[in-house]
Amino acid sequence: MALPKAKEDALAARLAALPALSGKGWLAAARAEALARLQAMGLPARRDEYWRYTDPASLNAPEPLPAKRFDVTDEAAPFDGMDRLKIVFVDGVFDAAASDDLALAGVSIERLATAEEKDIHWAQGIYGVLEARGQTPVARPLAALNSAFATDGVLIHATGRASKPVSLIYVHNSETSDAILHHCIKLDPGAELTLLENGPAAARFSKVMEVDIADGASFHHIRLQGRDHERRAVTHLFARLGAKSDLRSFTLTANGRLTRNEAVVELTGDEGRAHLAGATVGDGGFHHDDTVFITHAAVACESRQVFKKVLMNGATGVFQGKILVKPGAQKTDGYQISQSLLLDEDSQFLAKPELEIYADDVKCSHGSTSGAIDETALFYLQSRGVPRRQAQALLVLAFLAEAIEEIADEAIAEDIRARLERWLARHGSKG
Amino acid sequence: MTAALDTSEAVEIREGVDRGTVETVQAMAGKYKYGWETEIETEYAPKGLNEDIVRLISQKNGEPSWLLDWRLDAFRRWQKMEEPRWAMVRYPEIDYQDQYYYAKPKSMAKKPKSLDEVDPKLLATYAKLGIPLKEQMLLAGVEGEAEPRKVAVDAVFDSVSVGTTFKAELARAGVIFCSISEAVREHPDLVRKYLGSVVPPTDNFFATLNSAVFSDGSFVYIPKGVRCPMELSTYFRINAENTGQFERTLIVADEGSYVSYLEGCTAPKRDTNQLHAAVVEIVILKDAEVKYSTVQNWYPGDENGVGGIYNFVTKRADCRGDRAKVMWTQVETGSAITWKYPSCILRGDDSQGEFYSIAIANNAQQADTGTKMIHLGKRTKSRIVSKGISAGRAQNTYRGLVSMHPKARDSRNYTQCDSLLIGDKCGAHTVPYIEVRNNSSRVEHEATTSKVDDDQLFYCRSRGMDEEEAVALVVNGFCKEVLQALPMEFAMEAQSLVAISLEGSVG
Repeated sequence: MALPKAKEDALAARLAALPALSGKGWLAAARAEALARLQAMGLPARRDEYWRYTDPASLNAPEPLPAKRFDVTDEAAPFDGMDRLKIVFVDGVFDAAASDDLALAGVSIERLATAEEKDIHWAQGIYGVLEARGQTPVARPLAALNSAFATDGVLIHATGRASKPVSLIYVHNSETSDAILHHCIKLDPGAELTLLENGPAAARFSKVMEVDIADGASFHHIRLQGRDHERRAVTHLFARLGAKSDLRSFTLTANGRLTRNEAVVELTGDEGRAHLAGATVGDGGFHHDDTVFITHAAVACESRQVFKKVLMNGATGVFQGKILVKPGAQKTDGYQISQSLLLDEDSQFLAKPELEIYADDVKCSHGSTSGAIDETALFYLQSRGVPRRQAQALLVLAFLAEAIEEIADEAIAEDIRARLERWLARHGSKG
Repeated sequence: MTAALDTSEAVEIREGVDRGTVETVQAMAGKYKYGWETEIETEYAPKGLNEDIVRLISQKNGEPSWLLDWRLDAFRRWQKMEEPRWAMVRYPEIDYQDQYYYAKPKSMAKKPKSLDEVDPKLLATYAKLGIPLKEQMLLAGVEGEAEPRKVAVDAVFDSVSVGTTFKAELARAGVIFCSISEAVREHPDLVRKYLGSVVPPTDNFFATLNSAVFSDGSFVYIPKGVRCPMELSTYFRINAENTGQFERTLIVADEGSYVSYLEGCTAPKRDTNQLHAAVVEIVILKDAEVKYSTVQNWYPGDENGVGGIYNFVTKRADCRGDRAKVMWTQVETGSAITWKYPSCILRGDDSQGEFYSIAIANNAQQADTGTKMIHLGKRTKSRIVSKGISAGRAQNTYRGLVSMHPKARDSRNYTQCDSLLIGDKCGAHTVPYIEVRNNSSRVEHEATTSKVDDDQLFYCRSRGMDEEEAVALVVNGFCKEVLQALPMEFAMEAQSLVAISLEGSVG
């Protein structure tokens, strides 16, 4: 079907600002296919069902809106004391000097920018493939754009148990940087890998991560999206899970002008388990959108979505989450909770928690709530001598706790709690 | 057209159900009590839809020119509109030119002055449906009450209202209850003031179509401070073949008044689909309260999905005054396709909206139904309880919106939608939209999906119930909160309807 005129124009403008397709061999083919997908879909528009609550204009624009870099001086960088393998991208460009050697027991790591030389590469079965699978039933054009034009990324193949976490560090330096990164991760049967991500990356950041988790493998993902005030980001996680495999993903977002985090998870093997969680603290001109789509295509799988947003001073939180249970995916256990705490009058929460179920022997539920902080609880704490701001921070932390509990690593969870406590003590609602 | 569905499909036998039970149940499947047809001479407008048809309908109803213009505006707008596709229902393209937009029993050519003059065939039809058009004590099943309750009925047959009971008694209380065509003639100022003020002719594809071609429906006006002395009801019957029914109901509850309104509908069994696109508008002024209950039992099609009514309905209540209250209760068991979202605009401060729904989809039925709660006024409250039951190969979707506007301070919403699946070939879906634009309001939404509990079934079976009875009992328990919200007569009808609708679903 031909695209509507407005979409066609928007796409033409965007493509004109991008370089011609690059890459050799298998990658060139994958990029060409991704471009064809994008051209068939067009860029997202406000009228598209899954963009009704988030305006994609600044993500679609040919040039990114400038964003000042934000230097954190008042606390240590995340995961600082941890033994990990660091890979650093500055404004989307690999920084060899700041990165560790890409050598790790149980894992092979390459960069996308140098992997195209190989005729046959394991990533060929993943790059753009999981993204393409994730385009139905809901189109995700910005992910296809990423697959077509990503400049770099990492290709991680875990064959056994990784001896330490791989840590991707994104540094935002230039006020007008526009970064497009694409990662592929493959876990062989029984492999284990923890991936850490942190930092704001660029003025505008597009990231796709495709993860193929084989039977019995387990993948832990912890992401801290930084405290930048002005950056914009659209990220996609596409994950395919085999039998008895395990996916855990947690994201903490504290600010940024616009964040759209999409997760598309497909449980294809029996007894797989996927837990996705997000904690968000939004202050001021802030728009944060979690869009999650979990497909149960096998028997006795479990999925959990826990998303909590604290919004103040006119921040907007969006949650769109879906559990799709395909015919025959019996014994499914699907759970989804999305909650927001609005600390003042101007903030808003927009949610669309969906269930689509075609099997009868399932247990699926979702809940969504929105409201102000509990004045009675606040009063109680104050009457016990806790100052109001501190009492509010305590209640906010308690509210976010369920999401943070999804982090398996207790040390990281503790670090995140401590960070939140400091941020909340500073921020507070003006309302 | 869709391919004929496979009828030889083997029914999977579940544990504890013997082959005999399954066969008996299969034999009963598709049993629809109201599937007979009344043989009556009918006058049709020519097939198809154009400005002449719109003019003809208007002329048949003896309408003033403002209403004709209103219809024509709607029709011209409708021609430029696109049919909505967002609902989770699949059906072949509807040919809007291949049906009749006006059908009227010939015996109604001269409007009967009283019920005594109405064609006995029509009276017999309603009697057979269990709706005697006589001013007698109603209804079956409520004997023994200290004071028998009365229900006034407006009976709509295809495109015309056949008669309205208890009009005189209602008039003594100042209540106006008549067909909308009569209201246009007798109470033009009221109709003109309120018609289209809740559901404007521009509202949506089906409402705009209805605005152009609506033929009849009911009009209710409850004056200031009056508590309507009896329940009012409209019974819609589609009889003629290849004919769409487009009724329009307008209810105005003036300040401090109260009315409870019931709506029922049935249609004969046919193997072609028929279109029903109705609009219901309710205006509720300060301190008034309206209860609107529906038992929708249009012909659902047979067990293979052949035939049945396409039910595309726009229902909306506008709580214009402070402390206005509306309660929608619906039991949706019929129709091949249901597309219906009774909504509440909570404009007045402290106004309240409630929505209680049971939607049952069996065999090849598809239902996409829910509500909208638009909170505009301060301290407004809404409550949604939706119970969806899917069986056979049916698809059942709850779709709803709760919107808290910035000025709707200190408002509350509670939503609960539960789905029950019977069998592994059906689907149950939940699509809620939640928009909270202020922080002093609280919104809570919960949804669950599960199957009929095996332990409960086993318990019932061990007490000697057969599988069908056991399922009906468990399902009635599942629906309890909604059934309790219905007026008593309806609650009893609904309970047995739940059991009938699920016949053939076990297996």
